[in-house]
Amino acid sequence: MAEAAAPAPRVRPDGILALGGVCLLAVAPPVLEALQADYLLPTLTRMLAYGLAAAALDLVLGYGGLVSFGHSAFLGTGAYVAAALLHHANRGTPVVAWPFVVSGTSEALIILPAAAAVAGILAILIGAISLRTRGVHFIMITLAFAQMVYFLVLAVPEYGGTDGLMLPGPWRVGGFPVQSDAPRYWFAFVLVLLFMLVAQRAIQARYGLALRGARQNERRLLALGYPVFAIRLLAFTLSGACTGVAGALLADVAMFVSPDLLSWQRSGELIIMVVLGGQGTLIGPLIGAFVLLALEEELSAVTEHWMLVLGPILLLCVLLFRRGIWGMVSRAAYSG
Amino acid sequence: MPTGLRRNRQHTLHRFRIWLFLSPNGAPFRSCPMYPTLLLEQTLNGFTLGVMLFLLAAGLTLIFGVMDVINLAHGSLYMAGAFASAAITARTGSFAAGLLAGVVVGAAFALLLELALIRRLYTRAHLDQVLATFAVILIANETVKILFGPQPIFAAPPRSLSGSVELLPGVLYPAYRLAIIAAGLLAALFLWWLIGRTRLGMLIRAGTTHRQMVQALGVNIKALFAIVFAIGGALAGLAGAMAAPILAVQVGMGEQILILAFVVVVIGGLGSVRGAFLAALLVGLTDTMSRALLPWLMRDLLPPAAADQVAANLSSVAVYLLMAVVLALRPRGLFPAHG
Repeated sequence: MAEAAAPAPRVRPDGILALGGVCLLAVAPPVLEALQADYLLPTLTRMLAYGLAAAALDLVLGYGGLVSFGHSAFLGTGAYVAAALLHHANRGTPVVAWPFVVSGTSEALIILPAAAAVAGILAILIGAISLRTRGVHFIMITLAFAQMVYFLVLAVPEYGGTDGLMLPGPWRVGGFPVQSDAPRYWFAFVLVLLFMLVAQRAIQARYGLALRGARQNERRLLALGYPVFAIRLLAFTLSGACTGVAGALLADVAMFVSPDLLSWQRSGELIIMVVLGGQGTLIGPLIGAFVLLALEEELSAVTEHWMLVLGPILLLCVLLFRRGIWGMVSRAAYSG
Repeated sequence: MPTGLRRNRQHTLHRFRIWLFLSPNGAPFRSCPMYPTLLLEQTLNGFTLGVMLFLLAAGLTLIFGVMDVINLAHGSLYMAGAFASAAITARTGSFAAGLLAGVVVGAAFALLLELALIRRLYTRAHLDQVLATFAVILIANETVKILFGPQPIFAAPPRSLSGSVELLPGVLYPAYRLAIIAAGLLAALFLWWLIGRTRLGMLIRAGTTHRQMVQALGVNIKALFAIVFAIGGALAGLAGAMAAPILAVQVGMGEQILILAFVVVVIGGLGSVRGAFLAALLVGLTDTMSRALLPWLMRDLLPPAAADQVAANLSSVAVYLLMAVVLALRPRGLFPAHG
């Protein structure tokens, strides 16, 4: 593991590489425009949003050692919260009429915290029960809870059931409507960057150390007096909330939400992104999201049966490249 | 509160009372799903689903208990069994041949999977097992789509079982569903005998509780694992073959029931076949009863079209709610096999 190698040099090669990637992403819109490929920008935004979700999942999966197979619940919840607020703002009807009135809004600076809050509360509820269990139990239980959320959302006729819901229009950021692709991309980019910086700090801090310690030796941490359950629940909640934000971003990019976002296959894809990019690296899952979505996009253009190609690739990754893409890069950077 | 709503609520309460007392002569309440004859029907429906779930969950829980492997591809074994049985039944015209084909294909697919892939994953983290078997699902689904096309296939029950049986005067029930229940109970009995009364079963039980010790005593653990996997595959294939005539045989059919089977395994306690049996019946009954009862209750609160949709989805939630309650009370399930 990268984190075990202690005295880090001031400037690490993989750090430079990561910084280069960030710079590349920052200038993507004008570059793509110059190349007359700006139709790719929504795809890039989608990748960023999925990358955020995958990196958030990495907090519990990579650092916490908790394999959550139910993160689609938070992704979908965030997306549906955004869609519901926009939908009701357009209709002029309240989202919730009882016990207190919550009216719709098209302001992203309200929508995103709302998505984070609802997904976070859901994560507290699911986490409080699921975290009482370990290993395979935890995998199956998070999966089952995600299914429960899936059917609950389907049961609300107001939001289109299986057909999904079209968003009435784009949201506004600070009062300004986000009409074109570039500002939307930058908005997502800033959010992802913020998350990365904050999460990186949290992982390095005492809290992150305790979270990683709980993965490696739960009994010892308990003996040292750490509240392991609370530490894990906090990680699960933060992860759920950030995944909810990613869901809201996805809803805004696609202008559409459907129960597909809540389906268990989405949870599976998020896990694939994390493992493909390298678990426990934060940057890795972002790369994993880019690679997986690009693969899907490319393969589905070549053949209708692209899953038949993706499946074996995935198998090879699991069997041979266990560290993931970023894991191998940073390992090479250390040894070289 | 509007008076109409209040009246509706009282009406609903009244129906609940009827449900509680199971009024036998309530002529105006014949539409109530808890009317005794309908209750019998729903109970049997619940058992049908229950034994199907048991056939899947038994394999899953054994594979987990003995080998500590989480196998997402178990639903693909079920799908393979269903497709094999539908194809062979259509070709030969014999349902028995189809059933046999389902079982054989399920077991063979499971063996292949164990030898080629799962064997390499025993020492790996659960995460790797999840990912690898998820990849198997993708491959299996796409292969079936290429072989049989994306359209669902409909299979007919055998002619000898296509009629109905009169259980009580005036209460007809499809013979085929009764046959499924009987076959499921037989399979459960067989498993009970296999695990509780044979040498192989003794090894399986020992493998569930003291894995290292069994290995240390010189048992051919590789063969044991392969056999357990094949048994699980045969049971899943049997479930698929039996489900073919009452469900649409289509790509993705495995995943829906797989997740329910997971719920059964979790409620029953990982590694416990007895727990899986009771939990499967419990889950089957919960699902069927909520499906029958909820639309009827919600008809008072919502317009009929919306009520049916809402109730159908809410009743899917009932099973997961059951799981949440069981886990909140007993995090290790009802009958945990590991000490």
